[in-house]
Amino acid sequence: MTHYTKGLENYKKKIAAITSQEMVINMGPQHPSTHGVLRLELITDGEVVKDIIPHLGYLHRCFDKHAESMNYGKTIPFTDRLDYLSSMNNSHAFVMGVERMLKIEDKLPKRVEYIRVLVCELNRIASHLIAIGTYGIDIGAFTPFMWCFRDREHIMNMLEWASGSRMLYNYIWVGGLFYDLPVGFEARCQEFIDYFKPKLVELDDLLSNNQIFISRTANIGVLPADVAINYGCSGPMLRASGIRWDLRRVDGYSVYPEIEFEIPIGKGEMGILGDCWDRYKVRVDEVKESVKIIEQCLQRLEADFKRTPDFDPRGLVPKKVNLKAQEYYIRAENPKGELGFHFVTQEKTDVPRRVKARGPSFNNLSVLPELGKGQLIADLIAILGSIDIVLGEVDR
Amino acid sequence: MITKIKDLIIAGIGEQAVVRIEEDHLQPILIVNADSLLEIALFLRDTEECYFDFLSNISAVDFHPDNRFAIVYHLASIPYQTQLVLKVEIENDRRFDNLPEIPSVSTVWRTADWHEREAFDLMGIFFTGHPDLRRILLPDDWQGYPLRKDYEDAETYHGIAIK
Repeated sequence: MTHYTKGLENYKKKIAAITSQEMVINMGPQHPSTHGVLRLELITDGEVVKDIIPHLGYLHRCFDKHAESMNYGKTIPFTDRLDYLSSMNNSHAFVMGVERMLKIEDKLPKRVEYIRVLVCELNRIASHLIAIGTYGIDIGAFTPFMWCFRDREHIMNMLEWASGSRMLYNYIWVGGLFYDLPVGFEARCQEFIDYFKPKLVELDDLLSNNQIFISRTANIGVLPADVAINYGCSGPMLRASGIRWDLRRVDGYSVYPEIEFEIPIGKGEMGILGDCWDRYKVRVDEVKESVKIIEQCLQRLEADFKRTPDFDPRGLVPKKVNLKAQEYYIRAENPKGELGFHFVTQEKTDVPRRVKARGPSFNNLSVLPELGKGQLIADLIAILGSIDIVLGEVDR
Repeated sequence: MITKIKDLIIAGIGEQAVVRIEEDHLQPILIVNADSLLEIALFLRDTEECYFDFLSNISAVDFHPDNRFAIVYHLASIPYQTQLVLKVEIENDRRFDNLPEIPSVSTVWRTADWHEREAFDLMGIFFTGHPDLRRILLPDDWQGYPLRKDYEDAETYHGIAIK
């Protein structure tokens, strides 16, 4: 058995072998700036971090095992709990994978697709608002946090109106939706967008160009593009390093090819390309793009794909998902990055053999030891906040 | 595309590296030999025609009741915007003192570091040459590999009844 436990022994030896100058500090699992139950074991020399050993699993629920014990429809509420700040995006990815295997993806009504994109982008804004707000509070700015949560609450209320739940929606189903949008949703959404646009400008003025904020984030935690790719970073992390890689464009799933939007990338405006400020700025710019997408969706939903009495959002929902034995890997662009599901199905049953969730936060977090080495402890908080992790997805 | 990659691998590494191609999936799967996995990984990453620089995912699959495991690698190429599915199959008798062993690709893609630790943790796959192979999601003193289909929960954990 010994060579299977060698890794553990090496780790214990490493901790035991620190010099008298060095100190081991446990940051977490109840540390407020770890955004959840993440424990970072730091080997420090004074204020300088010499090594970081992340310990995960405090929120582990074994999503994979759950998904292997029930049918595809029943798994959707569990996908909501992966990245609980962007539940719509999670279930969208999962549902798309099942629909592609069922080959019903092209038959879906356009109204269903536009509603999906609409709620996903609303959820993306909500998720990014949390990222921006909590990042501010990590650095020491309290006001943006309150502003972001105030605006996010409007989105939460709207999505609650549509799905009946505030954060964990179970709204997007295999083959359709739980319900059509409530009557008047489009008008209220438009109202929100009109309210939200000036608030974004305010937020930009308050935080993005704030000299204290820039001093804390520019030139800190620089992630070069090649390192980002090698560590499997995706989403805003990768784009902030200057790579225009957005799966909404690359794979062009759902109705994203019909929608116009830009892919914001980091430009190194305040310091070196790929620093914390760039990562923050990419998120702010993405919120602006999401607003554009929502406006286009609303326009199409009110003009071309209007609510009709005979529209059935559950029209294509299969009673039983009958699949032949096959494998498929679906990936989609979540607010945090590439969310993937690897399905291995079995013959004659609607319970999959294997569902593996590839969480973007899990991969984005793995680059932290690389980024944090040699930094100050205070800067490590800034770096961790800029990665924007959700532990529900890291631990699954 | 996949046959072209197969031909490239055969030309670059040798006939024995590739086992077969499975075409009856939505994404065709290239099944390769475990012994030449590391060579293939480096080849796929560095060859100009392939350039699979991004490893999306590694997942381990248990084919219970067969004594067979599979490790599936999902690769993507950022410059070419292509995808590739690699698969390695291993026979194993499921004993805990004889875990299935395959070479680690964490030196090629650092993404593999945590993904392989997860596969070791939950499925009991041993990756030779991994720099830091220990459990990642479960506690270090956990017994057994929960994602295996023949896994049974323990009665107690540290003296606490958990059933």
